[in-house]
Amino acid sequence: MTIRGKAHIAGAYEHPDRKIPGKSIAQVHAEVALGALADAGLSLSDVDAYFCASDAPGFGPISMADYLGLRRLRYVDSTETGGSSYLVHVGHAAAAIAAGKCRVALITLAGLPRSQRMPRTSASALAPEAAFEQPFGPTTVSMYALAARRHMYEYGTTSAQLAAIKVAASRHAQHNPNAMLRTPVTVEEVLESPMISDPLHRLDCCVISDGGGALVVVAPEVARDLPRQTVKVLGHGESPKLADNGRIDLTYTGAVWSGPRAFEEAGVSTGDVDYVSIYDSFTITVLQTIEDLGFCEKGKGGAFVADGCLEAPHGRLPFNTDGGGLCNNHPVNRGGMTKVIEAVRQLRGEANGPVQVPDCEIALAHGNGGSLGTRSAAATLILGREDA
Amino acid sequence: MSEQAGERPLPAPAPAVNPETAEFWAATAAGRLLLKRCLNCGSVIWYPRAICPECSSLDTEWFAASGRGRVYSYTINYRPEGAYQDCAPLVLAYVELDEGPRMMTNIVGAGEADLAVGLPVEVEFHDTGEGSALPRFRPAAS
Repeated sequence: MTIRGKAHIAGAYEHPDRKIPGKSIAQVHAEVALGALADAGLSLSDVDAYFCASDAPGFGPISMADYLGLRRLRYVDSTETGGSSYLVHVGHAAAAIAAGKCRVALITLAGLPRSQRMPRTSASALAPEAAFEQPFGPTTVSMYALAARRHMYEYGTTSAQLAAIKVAASRHAQHNPNAMLRTPVTVEEVLESPMISDPLHRLDCCVISDGGGALVVVAPEVARDLPRQTVKVLGHGESPKLADNGRIDLTYTGAVWSGPRAFEEAGVSTGDVDYVSIYDSFTITVLQTIEDLGFCEKGKGGAFVADGCLEAPHGRLPFNTDGGGLCNNHPVNRGGMTKVIEAVRQLRGEANGPVQVPDCEIALAHGNGGSLGTRSAAATLILGREDA
Repeated sequence: MSEQAGERPLPAPAPAVNPETAEFWAATAAGRLLLKRCLNCGSVIWYPRAICPECSSLDTEWFAASGRGRVYSYTINYRPEGAYQDCAPLVLAYVELDEGPRMMTNIVGAGEADLAVGLPVEVEFHDTGEGSALPRFRPAAS
């Protein structure tokens, strides 16, 4: 069985705010849920499946379902794979819809890392690997810096090449009125920004933002009756990448497996893709992912991104036209939701005017959760315009 | 950098020890780095655990590692957090042990100019004060 064409994304909503004082996390989940359902032309009473990850406060998916009054649920899924969770949820929702388990699936993400202290969980401290890593002081940035260093060592990738990714994102963000960072930057400005964890500079890192987003995935017969243009789910792939008994390789990601699975299911190849949303927690995340998805030869990502090819609308591979996590929004330190939302905008022709890709028919959205090369979870979605 | 990375004494936060890993951490306090080996397939196991992730055998043994290896990757972190927030710059690294596994650690006694992928290093132990010691690495003497 395949999910190709058996589910549609009918609603997508990104919270417009990047700092949200005076609200609870559950409240922001509700705001994005209502936003996505309104976008779809549906209401909470239509929802029969609910998906969320660990950013949802409470008992798995149950507390938020209770808070929202989702009385008709017959399917729930709280798969947690970090920032890629929401792409995984789209794939799981499509499979559940294809199997007849549900018809209207709601996926929400929300959180307030800028306005409130992030809730501390004990789960990571109890992880079996924790005692062999945490005492040495790894931070999120430093883990990605280790991957960048090794990629530079093996392939000659440079900081200026990584900076070109931020430059392209910033040029897109200038057209997004809601973006946190709207001023275009140059390669030199990236390289002159403070070093956070060598070789990653401040401007190699994504923003930290409050906010969230939501998606509504529906069965084709539901999509047919809705007023809005929907987006077809064509293919999905997900792949954990493990530390693998000490054989850590920091130069590639799980996209080497999730990408081919998604392309095969969708029946398309890299050359068919008009637009990509690529997970951009850090510039190195984008570079490795583009290589691993097969848009260029392994190790040649630096040269590939350095010539402006990521810039919309006319670059060879327009990416993250909302400004991405690097400039627009990285709600709750999880960029997967906004990656899907911008891909939906592109396929509906609703991206910001100057960065709308002409005749955008096939889009790819990719997420990576966890630590880039060490222990992570990749997820790839191929989406198509309603008439694709 | 105004100060050489890794020259100041670092804090040594104690790891959470459980019955599966108690022998490993007790050995660190005595200045020995232990690894696990699978008695069924012979694989070296890292991080230490009761099951062999190569062949699923539950039959494993501890053995003493050489304590020598090479830097697989490193970063100089100017914004360390938690116990290390006043310890910038902190060198975080993966060291590939001579026995094969790549383990997370800190590099000490090496300035920015000394650090390199492939640098030969050897282990030393930093007492946590709680019956364990953190295996960190410095450039090999020879």
